[in-house]
Amino acid sequence: MTDHVAAPPVIRSGGDIAPRPRRLKEHSILPGFGLSLGITLVYLALIVILPLAALALRPWEIGLDGVWRTLTDERVAAALKISFGLSLLAALTNAPLGLLIAWTLTRYEFPGRRIMDALVDLPFALPTAVAGIALTALYAPNGPLGAMAAKIGLKTAYSPLGIFIALVFIGLPFVVRSIQPVLEDLDRGVEEAAQTLGATDLQRIAYVVIPALGPAILSGVSLAFARAVGEYGSVIFIAGNMPLKTEIAPLLIVIKLEQYDYAGAAAIGLAMLAISFGALVVMNVLQIALARRGRA
Amino acid sequence: MSLVGNTFRIRLPGIAPLMVLVSALAMAVLIVLPLVVVFHDALAKGLDAYLAALREPDAIAAVKLTLLVAAIAVPLNAVFGVAGAWTITKFEFRGKSILLTLIDLPFSISPVVSGLVWVLLFGAQGLFGTWLADHGLKVIFAVPGLVLATILVTFPFVARELIPLMQEQGADEEAAALTLGASGFTMFRRVTLPNIRWALLYGVLLCNARAMGEFGAVSVVSGHIRGLTNTLPLHVEVLYNDYDSVGAFTAASLLAGLGILTLVLKSVLEWRHSGELSASRKH
Amino acid sequence: MSFRPAASTDEALALEIRGVSKQYGRFPALKNVSLQARDREFLALLGPSGSGKTTLLRVLAGLEEPDAGEVRFGGEDFLALPVRQRKVGMVFQHYALFRHMTVAQNIAFGLTVRKRSEKPSRSEIADRVADLLSLVQMEDLGKRFPAQLSGGQRQRVALARALAIEPRMLLLDEPFGALDAQVRRELRRWLRELHDRAGVTTVFVTHDQEEALDLADRVAILKDGELIQLGKPNEVYEHPATPFVFDFLGQSCRLPGMVDGGRLRVADWETAAPAGAPQGAVEVFFRPDEVDFAPADGAGLVAQIQGIARRGPDVRIDCLVEGATMELQAHGPSLPTGVTSGLPVRIRPQRPQLYPAG
Repeated sequence: MTDHVAAPPVIRSGGDIAPRPRRLKEHSILPGFGLSLGITLVYLALIVILPLAALALRPWEIGLDGVWRTLTDERVAAALKISFGLSLLAALTNAPLGLLIAWTLTRYEFPGRRIMDALVDLPFALPTAVAGIALTALYAPNGPLGAMAAKIGLKTAYSPLGIFIALVFIGLPFVVRSIQPVLEDLDRGVEEAAQTLGATDLQRIAYVVIPALGPAILSGVSLAFARAVGEYGSVIFIAGNMPLKTEIAPLLIVIKLEQYDYAGAAAIGLAMLAISFGALVVMNVLQIALARRGRA
Repeated sequence: MSLVGNTFRIRLPGIAPLMVLVSALAMAVLIVLPLVVVFHDALAKGLDAYLAALREPDAIAAVKLTLLVAAIAVPLNAVFGVAGAWTITKFEFRGKSILLTLIDLPFSISPVVSGLVWVLLFGAQGLFGTWLADHGLKVIFAVPGLVLATILVTFPFVARELIPLMQEQGADEEAAALTLGASGFTMFRRVTLPNIRWALLYGVLLCNARAMGEFGAVSVVSGHIRGLTNTLPLHVEVLYNDYDSVGAFTAASLLAGLGILTLVLKSVLEWRHSGELSASRKH
Repeated sequence: MSFRPAASTDEALALEIRGVSKQYGRFPALKNVSLQARDREFLALLGPSGSGKTTLLRVLAGLEEPDAGEVRFGGEDFLALPVRQRKVGMVFQHYALFRHMTVAQNIAFGLTVRKRSEKPSRSEIADRVADLLSLVQMEDLGKRFPAQLSGGQRQRVALARALAIEPRMLLLDEPFGALDAQVRRELRRWLRELHDRAGVTTVFVTHDQEEALDLADRVAILKDGELIQLGKPNEVYEHPATPFVFDFLGQSCRLPGMVDGGRLRVADWETAAPAGAPQGAVEVFFRPDEVDFAPADGAGLVAQIQGIARRGPDVRIDCLVEGATMELQAHGPSLPTGVTSGLPVRIRPQRPQLYPAG
């Protein structure tokens, strides 16, 4: 009836029913896997893995209690508290501020919108030392903004408030740039549906828009937080660097290094990494939970 | 263009202009004012003082060193970025997500720690410190240390731009080139590279801006030897701590100029070549 | 024409596929597939998504490596050749045009990447590109970029680019998949003419049975990685090897029946069983438009007409047969005699296909 042919199979490798051995790499006809993987691995090993291994191993030469003593030292503990506390505060402050700016940039058309959009990235593009001395000049007691604040009894530069301002400055682009694309892609139909169902503008924003942006806001906040914890250049000038009051953790690493206390410096560095990592894990879990709710 | 009317996609009379105003004000105070201060304070004692500060031998040495460090670190990171993105986007293999995490890692490390790790390896009391000293080699407090610290801080930039774009583009065009008889190298040069050129340029631009402006990491490995191991950002710090405001802000103005130039080029790329950048860069 | 194929012109087998198997992880994409294509033949690989048809095409192109099996082309071991030496003209599903090259540069690519000793001169390449542009009726569009073309134009550029290397075999992956119905039909006819003129062995993948039956010399039907049937379009359409093939090639009606001693019985209707019919309980398949109608007191199956709807030139007749609703079709302006809504008629499938029940 038909010329349905079934010739005996020629087995090339493995059987035709037996599961294929798990391979390290799926077959691909594109060339260059060995070369590009080789470059990538060698580079990563030399630039990331080796140095981080040194960081992870060095503190233990002073023993567990030595590390513990370093980290619980009054000055170090205070600096860690200042770094992480103010970073969290600044990142959270950036959430409403970033949402406002992202909203303005995506929802309104006004003269200068494109320039404003480009300027959001200035804290990325401006070297941190430049931002540091510029913020200090602005907020120092004799600076234009610092003098204004002094009149109402606020000390900005050389106080925790100064550190906070610098951390808001460097964190803002992370939040805006996380929210912006999501806001742009937000299905207008959902908002229009809310309107046809009788929602006021405020209800629409509160019940439809902001929940949809939740994961993006959280991801922006965690990026801003991670950046702020490690920030050095833009903070160091405005902080005043008074022990126990305005010393940040990265500065203590520098101080320990100047005293040739490599193990102590590494201990602080490792602790910062560990705490940041823990914080990011928490935020990721939150983000996944938020995203899942959004999909349900 | 008026601030009220149909151009607003939200009908909240009074609120919309207010939101634009508040956003603009926040941006002006928080972001633009610091930029203005840099140039204002640099020119505080007139143009002559500014130009004199630029001609300082230490300032010139700092500029040269900054360019040298970037000239080594950026091309290396570009090559790595292309190789890494190629590996990750065009092949399926085990351990891919670990590789991705490692590439992202430097973004979540403090710049100071990125400097510290090199001191731990190559410093006087570092792992290889004695060996280096015995052979008369100097890494920390010398140019190699500056380069290493800069590479670690800036190496994700290129790969991060390329990976999402190459993922979007897939491997079909490369496969087509091969069926048409192209060799691997020809395929890469004539199909892959032209497809990623603008994203590559974008990544190199960001990488370069960060490389030239990096402060924390290089500050740890530099030793602040004037005229020898001070890059421009470190030079700014030294002058500032010496209460040489005009000098510090003059050097800072060069870096601010670099930042503005980067922003302008970046925006031009986003506007003119948005189709050839990864989706997150399309505005 | 200038794009003569490099393959020999005798009537010998061009392509031989033997026992090809391929797994992705635990998922078997191809199971022991064997088939052949003659020189200059136009072969369609037809199947639903996941049937392995695209995988088979990619094996032929060299874009996938089978786990087992053999592929020979013109007697040569094809699997031993890397992609770039196979000289197959592949047209990708989404065309895979080089987005940063013009139409002309896309078409010329395969010639410009040749080794210096084999590379045509610049003017030869230009001539060839011009020939191909006129062949695909795009003479004036050589300087455009792919993004500036319509879907149908992109498809033709992809074809011209594949033909430029004088392929030994042309491979097309869902060549009309991304086009709308009108363009599809025009391009289909044009592609067939092009194939007849160029005389290249062509294999194309489609999930559209009408396209495959209309276009191909022979159709290979795949399901779940297995070759189910291979044959000329009318053979395959008139004698589907399995109920799956019958269903896949068009609309179908089915009823349970019984074959005994050369007689087929469906409910109270009895007729001669077709030659080679299986014995015992069977599934009777027939096309809804291949039915004879008879008056209620004639011979056939009792069908209670429930509704009649005109759809353009056709008539849809909803009826109840053996307790199940069935949609029949009649062509032409007038209804078959005796068909009236609400009244019973007798129906007789013209060419019932019988498959063992179960």
